[in-house]
Amino acid sequence: MAEKRFDVTHVPGAALIAGVTFLALYVPVLILVVNAFNGGDTAGQWEGASLRWFAAATENAAFRNAALNSLIVAATASSIATALATMAALAVTRGRPVKGQGSIFVILNQPLLVPEIVFAIALMIVLAQLKQATGYQGLGYMIAAHTTFCIPFAFLPIRARLSGMDLTLETASMDLYASRFYTFRRVTLPLLLPGILAGFMLAFVISLDNVVVSSFVKAPGQETLPTYLMGELRRNLTSEIYAISALLLFASISIVAASWVVTRTKE
Amino acid sequence: MPHDASASESALIRDETRRRWSLALPALTVITLLSIAPLAVMVAYSFMQAGQYAGVEPGFSLDGWRAVFFERDFFDDSLIPATAHLSILGRSIALALATTALTFVFGIPTAWFIATRPQSSRGFWMFLITVPFWTNLLVRTIAIQEVIRADGTLNRILLATGIIDEPLQMMFTNGAVLVGMTYVYLPLMVLPVYAAIEKFDFRLSEAAYDLYASRLYCLRRVVLPLMWPGIIAGSILVFIPALGAYVTPRLMGGGRAMMWGNLIDLQFGQGRNWPLGAALSITLTLVVLGALIWYARRAAKGDQANG
Repeated sequence: MAEKRFDVTHVPGAALIAGVTFLALYVPVLILVVNAFNGGDTAGQWEGASLRWFAAATENAAFRNAALNSLIVAATASSIATALATMAALAVTRGRPVKGQGSIFVILNQPLLVPEIVFAIALMIVLAQLKQATGYQGLGYMIAAHTTFCIPFAFLPIRARLSGMDLTLETASMDLYASRFYTFRRVTLPLLLPGILAGFMLAFVISLDNVVVSSFVKAPGQETLPTYLMGELRRNLTSEIYAISALLLFASISIVAASWVVTRTKE
Repeated sequence: MPHDASASESALIRDETRRRWSLALPALTVITLLSIAPLAVMVAYSFMQAGQYAGVEPGFSLDGWRAVFFERDFFDDSLIPATAHLSILGRSIALALATTALTFVFGIPTAWFIATRPQSSRGFWMFLITVPFWTNLLVRTIAIQEVIRADGTLNRILLATGIIDEPLQMMFTNGAVLVGMTYVYLPLMVLPVYAAIEKFDFRLSEAAYDLYASRLYCLRRVVLPLMWPGIIAGSILVFIPALGAYVTPRLMGGGRAMMWGNLIDLQFGQGRNWPLGAALSITLTLVVLGALIWYARRAAKGDQANG
């Protein structure tokens, strides 16, 4: 049986193109990261490794302010989105399908069905009116906007986890006269936790990376890291831009890696 | 008494329905207020008159919608096709299709390669595909920009090796936008195609071979039909964000290779024609929804056909 007479899986050239694809995906990112560690004055002119541009970035008040805004918005929006998505996921997965379930799904995914630029400008129009009416200019608008598009992302892994959990344990708990809330807290929630964590991390990364919605919803002078980067790009490519990009890259890769570990180990 | 039993049962179901809907209510409210309602405002704006400096003025008007396709001739006021807009819309569709084709060319063999690795190493290769997918689109666009810009990496290598004498000007062209979008959207093609191939039972192709099918015939008649749902899903996943792309064409194409999303932005900014911008937004949304509905119908039919 060791004789290999026919192997359709061996397609000549597939491995070669795959190799090219992986190189094409990673080489530009590696070049960017290397450029971030460049000690020279001119972007792209290599003059030895150094952390000076990271230092320059962290001493830059505008960058620090943008980073802080990014963290506040991502943390708040993804927490709210995860809580709302968890409730919605419980509504559509526990027990038999509820009446009107189809429309719940459509509404929850609606932000993903509209092109991002359209979502962003439509929200900008409405929030501009609200800003004028209330006089409030703070981060709240940005948090509300991010919460909206984070809900479908948080919803995905939570629903996936819930639909893989059968109802036996919950039914057993209720049969033993546990209240609905007690059952949720002591049975459903612990089982669901990996899904909730994965949903939160996804939402956090999506919020942290967003540039289109943020740049239309933000008040003048209010920046997140991506909108700050976008503004700096209008001038010239500097090593500091590469350093900030590298920082953003590290942040999202570590969160993705963490969520990968969380979903892998708890399955 | 069966009547009472069924009455109390239906009351229970009603109760359950109400409880479950109220659980979903907060999420539904946020999305309705902050995504669906603004979209409705956008629809309304597309049927209003343009304000003198920006915004809209009350009063029904089809000017915004007319301006998507036609403009007034400067001299005799007759309606002529709005070539400036239409060429941007045409370019957007062409570039989105070309991006889909290029991600297909690179994505299918890559998905095939990963799906035919031993089970143990597939996770690693898929991780390599998902990392770019979840990393910042803006940062990835900056990375590819660094490679092809006038004093970027590629030009420096070509100059140093003497292949060219002066830097190639690749930025701010259709080609630059195409390269950028292919780079950022490639993982979206690989993921669903991989999922389709991974499910494939390769004993089927051996059976085909035993029945004297040639390798090519086997690929075309046995493997390809099973990959097809993944290929369609990948194409939709790439085509839709590519058509509405904003960041990548803005950085790679600038003002010279604008796309649909940038044209919308322009109308709400410097162009100061909000009804036109709104009409362009709704048109883009309808094209995207049309593609999605076509896909959903197709997928449903495919499910039925498969049993």
